[in-house]
Amino acid sequence: MSTTTATHHDEHHSHPTGLMRWVTTTNHKDIGTLYLWFSFVMFLFAGSMAMLIRLELFQPGLQFVQPNVFNQLTTLHGLIMIFGAIMPAFVGFANWQVPLMIGAPDMAFPRLNNWSFWLLPAAGTLLIASIFVPGGASAGGWTMYPPLSIQGGISQDMTILALHILGISSIVGSINIITTIFNMRAPGMTLMKMPIFVWTWLITAYLLIAAMPVLAGALTMMITDRHFGTSFFNAAGGGDPVMYQHIFWFFGHPEVYIMILPAFGILSTVIPTFSRKPLFGYHAMVWATASIALLSFVVWAHHMFTVGMPAAAQVFFMYTTMLIAIPTGVKVFNWVATMWKGSLTFETPMLFSVAVVCLFTIGGFSGLVLAIVPVDIQLQDTYYVVAHFHYVLFSGSAMAIMSGVYYWLPKWTGHMYDEKLGQWHFWLTTIAFNVTFFPMHFTGLAGMPRRIPDYALQFAEFNMISSIGAFVLGASQLLFLYIVIKCIRGGASAGDKPWESADTLEWTLPSPPPYHTFETPPVVK
Amino acid sequence: MNQQTQHYYLPAPSYWPIIASTALLTLASGFVLFLNHFAPGPYVMVAGALILAYLVFGWFGVVIKESVGGLFSRQVDHSFRWGMGWFIYSEVMFFVAFFVALFYARNVAVPWLGDTKLLWPHFVAHWPTVGPGITEASFTPMKAWGIPAINTLILLSSGATVTWAHWGLIKNNRTQLKIGLIFTILLGVTFLGLQAHEYAEAGFSIKSGIYGTTFFMLTGFHGLHVTLGAIMLTVILFRVMAGHFSAENHFGFEAVAWYWHFVDVVWLLLFVFVYWL
Repeated sequence: MSTTTATHHDEHHSHPTGLMRWVTTTNHKDIGTLYLWFSFVMFLFAGSMAMLIRLELFQPGLQFVQPNVFNQLTTLHGLIMIFGAIMPAFVGFANWQVPLMIGAPDMAFPRLNNWSFWLLPAAGTLLIASIFVPGGASAGGWTMYPPLSIQGGISQDMTILALHILGISSIVGSINIITTIFNMRAPGMTLMKMPIFVWTWLITAYLLIAAMPVLAGALTMMITDRHFGTSFFNAAGGGDPVMYQHIFWFFGHPEVYIMILPAFGILSTVIPTFSRKPLFGYHAMVWATASIALLSFVVWAHHMFTVGMPAAAQVFFMYTTMLIAIPTGVKVFNWVATMWKGSLTFETPMLFSVAVVCLFTIGGFSGLVLAIVPVDIQLQDTYYVVAHFHYVLFSGSAMAIMSGVYYWLPKWTGHMYDEKLGQWHFWLTTIAFNVTFFPMHFTGLAGMPRRIPDYALQFAEFNMISSIGAFVLGASQLLFLYIVIKCIRGGASAGDKPWESADTLEWTLPSPPPYHTFETPPVVK
Repeated sequence: MNQQTQHYYLPAPSYWPIIASTALLTLASGFVLFLNHFAPGPYVMVAGALILAYLVFGWFGVVIKESVGGLFSRQVDHSFRWGMGWFIYSEVMFFVAFFVALFYARNVAVPWLGDTKLLWPHFVAHWPTVGPGITEASFTPMKAWGIPAINTLILLSSGATVTWAHWGLIKNNRTQLKIGLIFTILLGVTFLGLQAHEYAEAGFSIKSGIYGTTFFMLTGFHGLHVTLGAIMLTVILFRVMAGHFSAENHFGFEAVAWYWHFVDVVWLLLFVFVYWL
């Protein structure tokens, strides 16, 4: 990735090499690389769990795993994908790109930045070790609702502590990002001149600082209910299991926007580059992102329409949920408007970004369907919901990550990736993704519940199709791994600016950039 | 922090973060073992706590040395201000979760338990309550206008003394600074002592239904934060006695003062919503 030779001035120190370089680094590029690799490994690990899930669901009946193991797989697949793959990947992008894009020498707190990363393997150790303890891993779903989570074994405690540690990592990292963006921009770079990717991360960091402590609160309440005799979620003591759902989803809904806003930032970077046109409606895009973030705090109970809330509350949340589609729609229209009459080419990053615009929109539409309370009463906890969130999380977040990886690999490594293989990866992924998840809309409408290892016979055909798609989708990500490793090891020289229309500050630097960059900030006009 | 350097200080590669992660992993693992009654649990927790203590002294020690060594520019000082502000905001959100639990229990959960004819038909909703299903021989809720009211005065006074100390620092009156800090710490410790007394004499426990739960969790976390604040104030006092901080550059002091005010505000909310109303 980046070289260790650099221009020095008097504050510089010799860098350790080998393993200790990665353990002790305070360099945002190194830390970004660590996050990206960690997330890729976690993505493949959680993806393997998905393969096992789809293997069991390939046919009716129980062929491969016990129901309890199946539940552990679904729980861990969710937890690891969210906290181990998607979130760290976006933080990896933030680490690499935000200081470069604002012309800063590094993050505001470089040593704290290292801690944010190295907390992840600590949390991962606890979470993965929970698989091997008596009782197996946590099996009540990634949402960990009481009373089931109160009754869980030792793995539930390990999961709670792992999430606490992940929360500290996110909060500390977000403080770092906000401070960096507010305090370290190059002279002349006003907030409204920042690249839109930086805006999306500023807003995401705010969501993280506001929401993660609330999750910490819910988890603490869970652990005291489990071991210290508190009655937060125990009706006999005057508490309420539904209260957990309120507190959890007050975190949980901003969490999903935390997972999509950086994706929007990547789209807003890639699409203008390959349209050879500036982003349409920069101000509107900033406004829309901020509106989505603000609204994300008042929609949480749309995850709870079937718990027995008063109708007035359900209607409130239905309206706010539908409202949040408006700023999201503004963004989709603006990406399309950016492409309109642009000089378009479809290299792999652009292929992924365009696919995200189309497929994420489908996910948004199924979200609107689910927002309608009487419809959600039927579809809650069915595969329709699984279809919805995979459309927004895989063909939204994950594919945006892939777009960003292809876009910035030349900058990070100095080599062009293999374009032909990239296109193969794109088409295999996109087609297989749709084969896997589109039928789930129908499966859910037909009534198949979520989180079940065996199902009624009428769902058999759709499940078989989904499973076949899933196997191809999983295998395609191994191709992605191959492409990334091949690019790191060599390839056509990328030069400073392989993408002719890219206009953010990182493209003014060599590829790969020196270890230390912008020690003197550039002046931005 | 006497020199004004132009470059933003970038720390050298450091072992402290990995030590911190190891400390937390050890502490967390020990806690899990302890909760599940495994014999090594408490020992692993102690080991984790020791590594954490070593880490806190070590890492903050390095930052203090860098500060006193004049490595921090004005811009770095601004970074610390932003950082501390946002950190306190994250702590506020943590308390928000527990206040939400209190308000939800009082205004939604308990009234609905009183309204429903299922499970506990004879339960009449009221507050404080141990809930419909828990029987307690005696249950005396906390009264606001005894020691808790005194504690309110104590913490408010400590906010005044730390501000007075700050004014001393700005005027370069080191005696005022030290005395103000000492009084603040003494008031904080007195608060904690009185709280401990109240805990011991309480007519209920954390297991006393939702009232005991919310009372002890809210005041307990608050007490933990007061303890941390008092420790931080003591560290600042030692730094003052070592000659650190100037009238123009003393963000370490300000950060801890901000934290102390935050702890004071949380107490006011506690006093109103947990003790009084």
